[in-house]
Amino acid sequence: MNNFLLLPIIIPFFFGMFLIFNQKRLAYQRIITMLGLILAIICALSLVYKVYLDGPQTVTFGSWPAPFGITMVSDMVSALLVTTTLVLAFFIVWYGFESIGKERERFFYYPGVMFIITGVNGAFTTGDIFNLFVFFEVLLMASYLLIVLGGEKAQLRESIKYILVNVLSSALFVITVAFLYSVVGTLSMADISLKIAEIKQPGIITVIAVMFLMVFGMKAAIFPLYFWLPSAYSAPPIPVLALFGALLTKVGVYAIMRTYTLFFTHDLAYTHELLLILSIITIIAGCIGALAHFDVKQIIIYNIVIAVGVILFGVAQMNQIGLEGAMFYLVHDMIIKAALFMLIGLVIYVTGTTNLRKMGGLMKTYPALGWFYLIAAFGLAGVPPLSGFVGKLLIVQGGFQAGNIWTSLLLLASSLVVLLSVMRIFIYAFWGEQGQVSNQVNKKVYNRMFFPTMLLVFISILYGVGTEWLTPLMEDAAKILIEPSIYTDAVMKGGN
Amino acid sequence: MEILMAFVCGFLFMAAIYLILSRSLLRIIIGTGLLSHGAHLLILTMGSFKGSAPPVLSEGVTDYVDPVPQALILTAIVISFGVTAFFLVLAYRAYQELKTDDMTLMKGSEDHE
Amino acid sequence: MKTNDVILQFTAKIVFFMIFFYAVHIFFAGHYTPGGGFVGGLVTASAIVLLIIAFDIKTVQSIIPINYIYLVAVGLIIAGATAAFSMFMGKPFFTHYFDYFYLPLLGKTSLHTAALFDLGVYLVVVGVTMTIIQTIGEDE
Repeated sequence: MNNFLLLPIIIPFFFGMFLIFNQKRLAYQRIITMLGLILAIICALSLVYKVYLDGPQTVTFGSWPAPFGITMVSDMVSALLVTTTLVLAFFIVWYGFESIGKERERFFYYPGVMFIITGVNGAFTTGDIFNLFVFFEVLLMASYLLIVLGGEKAQLRESIKYILVNVLSSALFVITVAFLYSVVGTLSMADISLKIAEIKQPGIITVIAVMFLMVFGMKAAIFPLYFWLPSAYSAPPIPVLALFGALLTKVGVYAIMRTYTLFFTHDLAYTHELLLILSIITIIAGCIGALAHFDVKQIIIYNIVIAVGVILFGVAQMNQIGLEGAMFYLVHDMIIKAALFMLIGLVIYVTGTTNLRKMGGLMKTYPALGWFYLIAAFGLAGVPPLSGFVGKLLIVQGGFQAGNIWTSLLLLASSLVVLLSVMRIFIYAFWGEQGQVSNQVNKKVYNRMFFPTMLLVFISILYGVGTEWLTPLMEDAAKILIEPSIYTDAVMKGGN
Repeated sequence: MEILMAFVCGFLFMAAIYLILSRSLLRIIIGTGLLSHGAHLLILTMGSFKGSAPPVLSEGVTDYVDPVPQALILTAIVISFGVTAFFLVLAYRAYQELKTDDMTLMKGSEDHE
Repeated sequence: MKTNDVILQFTAKIVFFMIFFYAVHIFFAGHYTPGGGFVGGLVTASAIVLLIIAFDIKTVQSIIPINYIYLVAVGLIIAGATAAFSMFMGKPFFTHYFDYFYLPLLGKTSLHTAALFDLGVYLVVVGVTMTIIQTIGEDE
């Protein structure tokens, strides 16, 4: 029993509540938001340290014994993801001070951000399958608010589709949980893992596995279910887009990762093979989209789809190295996507357009922006000392170990496409003749937006260079994914 | 009873999908409502029926049903209530801004309308 | 268009209180029997909606001058604080406390912290429902 692991969830919740008051006073809103995020980051970092020292932490709500109450479990996987979420939220909110617009800031933007973080952190931490649904809904409700905030025509049009897709996937989630409950008779994830091993009903469990893949795949944007993502994500302003792109799809990826390592390990030849195939098609579809578009937002959005495929490819290998790579790549991708969206936001701010064909020659006027974009782009593609390299290396290594030679090679080839797609932005926007320039650029505003972006790119560099120090944490995370018994023991024995 | 429930759930899902595929936004919202009703009924069915027994266990009670599905339904109802309400407000706003509730007129993006 | 709805307005003034007290009854009944904060909140909201139908939104806003979004926030704070309270007592989150007390007039009464949580839920439901109805109803 340890309530400490709840703090990264509860702190954003309470600060979000207090932010509902005093909507019109911007200073109050901003300071309280930053204060809440800093507090939560400190808690999350000490949580990582504690989990590293003592193993998974658990708390079961309401003093109920373990499989009956709702358990919250913070193992290395969730502790790392929670920390990354909070750090990214901190930078994105900071970046948003200048770019989100006063109208939105005065209309529940900050409470929305805090709720989305509550939901995301809760989803990462929970150890109860229905509670996962509840936290999904919390973050979805907040995301509905954020996506429609501002009320522009495009936003209204896209948010209707976004909500409809998510309502459908939520209904499917409830249905799937109902099926799972009727088979195993429990909702605690640790207990489900134990019961599935006991009851020996591989047929129906495989059906449920595929249904869960559909539910979470719709949120994570894997191959046949990613259709809603590009148009929905292009509607909201850049800080919201960065928040969505960095966090929301990753919650779906995490859920697939968790369920496919904890529950559905009985028929790897079917479930994980399916996951493998889908992840490869996801990568290909993402690559096609990323190369086809001339809209900077769309290019990076399709890169989200590619990254989802890469991470799930690592999960599908189901060996220690592959999962460690998936963890490395997951955290890397959250950081680098936020950084890239912020950089793209700056490019859009100084040019006043999202169309690549109209841009050009920014290198002369904004050299720092160009270099930092180049670093982030190399990091995304996985050029050695930068952050994407280790994750992809380990995933491919895992792929070779599991005997998936050709698909692993395809994964490597996709890195080239990723590099090409982001370099196209660099070439079109930063090289060549002077293109369109916005006449509303305020140098001070630009600098205030550039500073957090720069810091985030530095963090991504540190993440790549500091691999040596992060490896023990990632190994820990991969171990708990590959050996569900550590997780189940921590929940069942860690009760009261 | 289970067979009957399976048909009722199936009918609700069928009606929901029919409504969701229609063009009017209001029908779509009613469709999502029916969809969640179907899902809730499915949870109830999955929790097994025992006539009119209450989901309460106390001393001396032998005839009771599993309370967990009912708790799940309650949570799911509250959530779908919130989402539907939000969706209605959004639909109203969209109707005001876009001057249409026809989904076929809402597709596409700014570039190619 | 001005309609003569004296009967409706007169009835609404009385029925509002009947519905409201029924909501309070449901809220407290929820401790042992069906009912509770969610249903109570909906019934209260329906009472206010009846007033809105009988009069109009501006009049009702001047009768009940509450910012319903703040009501949601207060409700969530109460619910969250009830749940978080046990953290300070060294018990897991959401642990509730209850005991029996002898109150004047009421006699032996069970007091439970879950009622506070339910109060939070009640306020949230009233707040959310009324916010939505106001948003749609405001611009005619």
